Amino acid sequence: MDRRDSLKSIFLGGIAGSLMLYGCKTEAEASAKTGQEIYEFPYKYGRTPQEKELIEELETDQFFNEHEMETIGVLCALILPANEKFGSALDAGVPDFIEFMAKDIPELQTTLRGGLMWLDHKSNTEFNMEFKSAIMEQQKSILDKIAYYEADIPMDKQALEIQFFNLMCNLTLSGYYTTKMGIEDLGYKGNMPNIWDGVPEDVLEQHGVAYEEEWLAKCVDQSKRGIMAEWDENGNLLT
Amino acid sequence: MQIIEKATVYDAIIVGSGAGGGMTTKVLADAGLKVAVVEAGPFFDPADPDHMTQLKWPWESPRRGANTVRDFGDFDAAYGGWEIEGEPYTHKDGTKFDWFRSHMLGGRTNHWGRISLRFGPKDFKHKDVDGLGDNWPIGYEDVKPYYDKVDQLIGVFGTNEGLPNDPDGFFLPPPKPRLHELFYIQGARKTGIPVIPSRMSMLTKKINKDRGVCFYCGQCSRACSVYADFSSGSCLIFPAQKSGGQVDLYVNSMVREVTTDTEGKATGVSYINKDDRKEHKLKGKIVVLAASACSTARILMNSKSAQHPNGLGNSSNLVGKYLHDSTGSSRAGFIPGLMNRKPYNEDGVGGMHVYSPWWLDNKALDFPRGYHIEVWGGMSMPSYGFGFNANYFNKFFGLNTGGYGESLRQDVKKYYGSVLGFGGRGESIAREDNYCEIDPTKVDEFGIPVLRFHYKWSDFERKQARHMQQTFEEIIHNMGGEPLGDTPGKDQDYGLLAPGRIIHEVGTTRMGDDPKKSVTNSYQQLHDANNVFITDAGPFVSQADKNCTWTILALSWRASEYMVEQLKQQNI
Repeated sequence: MDRRDSLKSIFLGGIAGSLMLYGCKTEAEASAKTGQEIYEFPYKYGRTPQEKELIEELETDQFFNEHEMETIGVLCALILPANEKFGSALDAGVPDFIEFMAKDIPELQTTLRGGLMWLDHKSNTEFNMEFKSAIMEQQKSILDKIAYYEADIPMDKQALEIQFFNLMCNLTLSGYYTTKMGIEDLGYKGNMPNIWDGVPEDVLEQHGVAYEEEWLAKCVDQSKRGIMAEWDENGNLLT
Repeated sequence: MQIIEKATVYDAIIVGSGAGGGMTTKVLADAGLKVAVVEAGPFFDPADPDHMTQLKWPWESPRRGANTVRDFGDFDAAYGGWEIEGEPYTHKDGTKFDWFRSHMLGGRTNHWGRISLRFGPKDFKHKDVDGLGDNWPIGYEDVKPYYDKVDQLIGVFGTNEGLPNDPDGFFLPPPKPRLHELFYIQGARKTGIPVIPSRMSMLTKKINKDRGVCFYCGQCSRACSVYADFSSGSCLIFPAQKSGGQVDLYVNSMVREVTTDTEGKATGVSYINKDDRKEHKLKGKIVVLAASACSTARILMNSKSAQHPNGLGNSSNLVGKYLHDSTGSSRAGFIPGLMNRKPYNEDGVGGMHVYSPWWLDNKALDFPRGYHIEVWGGMSMPSYGFGFNANYFNKFFGLNTGGYGESLRQDVKKYYGSVLGFGGRGESIAREDNYCEIDPTKVDEFGIPVLRFHYKWSDFERKQARHMQQTFEEIIHNMGGEPLGDTPGKDQDYGLLAPGRIIHEVGTTRMGDDPKKSVTNSYQQLHDANNVFITDAGPFVSQADKNCTWTILALSWRASEYMVEQLKQQNI
């Protein structure tokens, strides 16, 4: 994906995404009036009935308005834009995740919503235009002033716009790296059945460490993992 | 509305299905007894696709694994947590105790860390060493045969090291250390701290035909669908049923009290069925309480009668007293040597492959008991919180922190897997003044009076936590790393976590030979009612610098054999 295409995807994605979102909402509202709306629980990861109820409640509620969702989309794409191999945080659907988290952790709400308004105020003052409608250079000129923080000062003691951006950035990265795309981008290789048999040789070398023979001798011989364990009366493994 | 009473008379009613209750169920059912298991939560089987969280990806949770609902994250197996709606508990005199309950078949064994350590000879007789607390009425030699049996029945990996207070056992072979664990071994040794393979109950090798072998997904906290780790349901209760045992499960059943007859002997239990919200009764020849140390104490104190006016088993007035949890203090460090990692699958077992048992002599220290060191780190699966302050470690290189754009991607990869953390888990001294009691002003949503806690740490525990922090910082420096966050000072109890936080609470129904100074005898039988037994961690006289589960299992087996014997001899 080249830069031009990725820019296109940011905005198309943002608009298409929010149209879809509000398209659904309108339908939902319409069917709610006729009493036909049935929420189908879309997740399958061992939820208790109470947990399902809570998720349904959070998902059928909407916290951010359309304008806020679009602004979040623009921010997501600025914070983590697409590159040659992977899409942006917006492409990965992060705004919907942020919408969910704002309801799941209500303490986030004021910082997020207030921060979005701050952003528009700043953009209106400087460019006579809401943040989402400003051109990228203008948007970046605002972000450049709020995107960096003093590592040694606690975040809650920093300026509110810095706190806002830090939170938005955290949610964007967390949202991205917990999607299929983000995990592939990161290169995480686990979460599947396998047989652990130690650190690869080249990695040991890269990091300047080595296994001790004595230690390895105590470890499991993976070729015998399927053989039933038997011990002598002193606890020495025989098999 | 009358209480609904079942006609069946069970040989034994077992309250609670965690480690202690599960083992009692297995031993009694295998001996041919007819048992009822009464569990406050729902049925749970990690192999049931409707219950399963193992091998799910973060995006399968709308909150990506955040801990807003389940305390250890959305994929953790525990139903329940530090707070349960409708089931409050209170505190006395502004003290603190955080009580973790997991209401489900198998209880907390579904999500626990599987760190499976035997207590050593010194741990049963520690008063002889330093004059503090009390000795157990039994010694290591009494429990050793049961530890040996537990090792072979359930399976635990580890190594025989010949250490004096960390006994050898019947171990499966341990997995090889991960990269960060090799760093830890080097760093700890520089300070003279020994490191050995950890001892955990996952099957690195086949142990029987019913359970699978570990496939290294690192998710034991989600409970294993092939039963390759120890959970009480999958390793004790299901096998007891499968081998033809007469086991009736009563789930969603919250026990209110033990019922007694005019001679003061137990006749059964009364419980609230959460589904119909009515009170029910079960009859049994023996009642075994294994509801967890505090829940068992609560049931006993709520079981008042003319014969037991102070609550069942409480003529000593010691039920609820001597409550104690392990100490805990944690720290993490950034290790530059672990930067720029090549990705590969290092999930391993769920938890550490190496650890450090207590290595010092307290005579030379300003606190009386020891702690062991647990280690974590590595390139784990992202979940909510991953990527927060992605380039915070730039500060150690004089670079800007924050920013946006493609560079964040590079920062995330650069620092992925470069943090190593420690948990110190130590022994506190059991004190009569740390206790739970019934709060007469409150009931839960089932109408059962709730617990009120009174618990204070002493300087012994605070000084131990200070030592943990000093040790952790030293090891981090030895590894060429930077400790994260400020060193917790005196005002923060040196990072000592609130009591209850380590979820090793024990001691509320301590065992002993003298009925005036203890609640049960050394077979965990109430002094005041010989057909009531306790097989959770209530009877512990002291917690060691170990985790309590393996000892709960061994002692539960021992007590259960005694019950079978006593029934045979018609002593009960």
